[in-house]
Amino acid sequence: MIEITRLTKQFAGTARAAVDGLTLSVPEGAVCVLIGPSGCGKTTIMRIINRMIEPDSGAVVVGNRDVMDTDPVELRRSIGYVIQQIGLFPHWSIANNVATVPRLLGWTAQRVAGRVDELLTLVGMDPAVYRERFPRELSGGQKQRVGVARALAADPPVMLMDEPFGAIDPITRTHLQDEFLKILRTLKKTIVFVTHDIDEAIKLGDRIAILRDGALVQYDTPEMILTTPANTFVEAFVGTDRALKRLALISAATAAEPHPDPRTLGKIPAEANLRDALAQMLTSGTDTLAVVAADGVMRGVLTLAAIRAQIQVHAPDDGNR
Amino acid sequence: MLLIEAWQFLVSHPGRFFDALATHVMLSAGALGLAIAIAVPLGLWVAHRKRAAFTAITAANIGRTLPSLAVLALVMPILGTGFAPSLFALTLLALPPILLNTYTAVRQVDPDIVDAARGMGMTAAEIVRKVEVPIGLPVMFAGIRTAAVQVVSGAVLASYIGGGGLGDFITAGIAMMAIPQLLVGAIPATLLSLGTDRLFGGLQRLLTPPGLRPT
Repeated sequence: MIEITRLTKQFAGTARAAVDGLTLSVPEGAVCVLIGPSGCGKTTIMRIINRMIEPDSGAVVVGNRDVMDTDPVELRRSIGYVIQQIGLFPHWSIANNVATVPRLLGWTAQRVAGRVDELLTLVGMDPAVYRERFPRELSGGQKQRVGVARALAADPPVMLMDEPFGAIDPITRTHLQDEFLKILRTLKKTIVFVTHDIDEAIKLGDRIAILRDGALVQYDTPEMILTTPANTFVEAFVGTDRALKRLALISAATAAEPHPDPRTLGKIPAEANLRDALAQMLTSGTDTLAVVAADGVMRGVLTLAAIRAQIQVHAPDDGNR
Repeated sequence: MLLIEAWQFLVSHPGRFFDALATHVMLSAGALGLAIAIAVPLGLWVAHRKRAAFTAITAANIGRTLPSLAVLALVMPILGTGFAPSLFALTLLALPPILLNTYTAVRQVDPDIVDAARGMGMTAAEIVRKVEVPIGLPVMFAGIRTAAVQVVSGAVLASYIGGGGLGDFITAGIAMMAIPQLLVGAIPATLLSLGTDRLFGGLQRLLTPPGLRPT
């Protein structure tokens, strides 16, 4: 869906290239997270995709169009764009903000109005309440909901998101990430997502591209990044708690074992992850929890030994490094 | 009692008074209109061009410091006397505040808002029309308001180069030491300036987009 080939960009007056011969392919419907330390080129790469920045050499193909052969204005109208600072238009109502791209594309007023309500509902904002409000009346989290709705307005197959949740308080951020994940699963967009937060990358990414000095260090699924980091740079970047991060990707139900009578035990929801389960065990001073599905049915028990086994299965060669 | 004498002078010369008032308003409105037509597009243009902006802003800043009378005096040897040279001089006077405020209005728009507009596929012209101008409108209009007041007050001086207007009563009044006649020019000219300020202040509030109005 997005094919980046030998992409290079050096800004005037800088000592080294911001993007250095990068080749990267994002399959259709996947969320590709670009991550790395400041100056690794992640934002530059994202901005080359919709020609906000022109590359020195290399090719970017979106869908089946070479972006360099596409009119930048037309290209950008077909790609969703979300930035950390959101950039809502303060002089326009929420409805008008969401309607930006459909109006640029010349949709009829009726179609625009219907789409605005649909999107506000999708991002969890009651259209009747928020349609006529102005951006300054919204909280940071609400603003970014509108920002995401605005980017989705013309139903673009591809979305570019530059640290969309970076400026939002941690509690709201977790909440937005969860909802965003749900929306993504339904809409099947191809997404390039820039962040510097490894936990966010692991949570949202189908694939994570770890970048350093404008080049790709490792491009893999979150599981592979956590269990088999390509080198010490990735290892350090992922952090010493990567075993715990790995646990956050596994649901309690996956590691549950059958048990004759788990009713006397503390309970954990089946969809909770193993990191939360471990935390609950440590807090309550137990090493066994009953796994309960959403409908109240017992799915078995989760033991500390089972959690430990999960870590060891996925990190077999830790001692050899 | 001077006021009564001034009133009597006005009542006995209604034709002269209303002619002068009409000329004054026409001079002011004409100069302001011309200055808006020149300085707003110029300001929008230079706000997107660094080098041109430096030249234009420097020129405008110099222009702003010139006393109104000096501008009129400088125009006279080149263009002579009468309505047209006065109109020209007053237009020059109105350009700097409009130009400076238009430039500032565009530059103060949050760059992230412009980035979002560009990223969503607005053309350069659409960004100016739909984003920069509406958001910058209050600041732009503040410049127009300053210019309007300056022109209305400055138009009093047009009389010195034969431009007519309410200044005619003032210059004649001073020359003949006829205070009532002087007041017939001075009082309406002052009221006109104050009224202009109020009018443009009201327009400025009216033109501020609802989302940007102070709560």
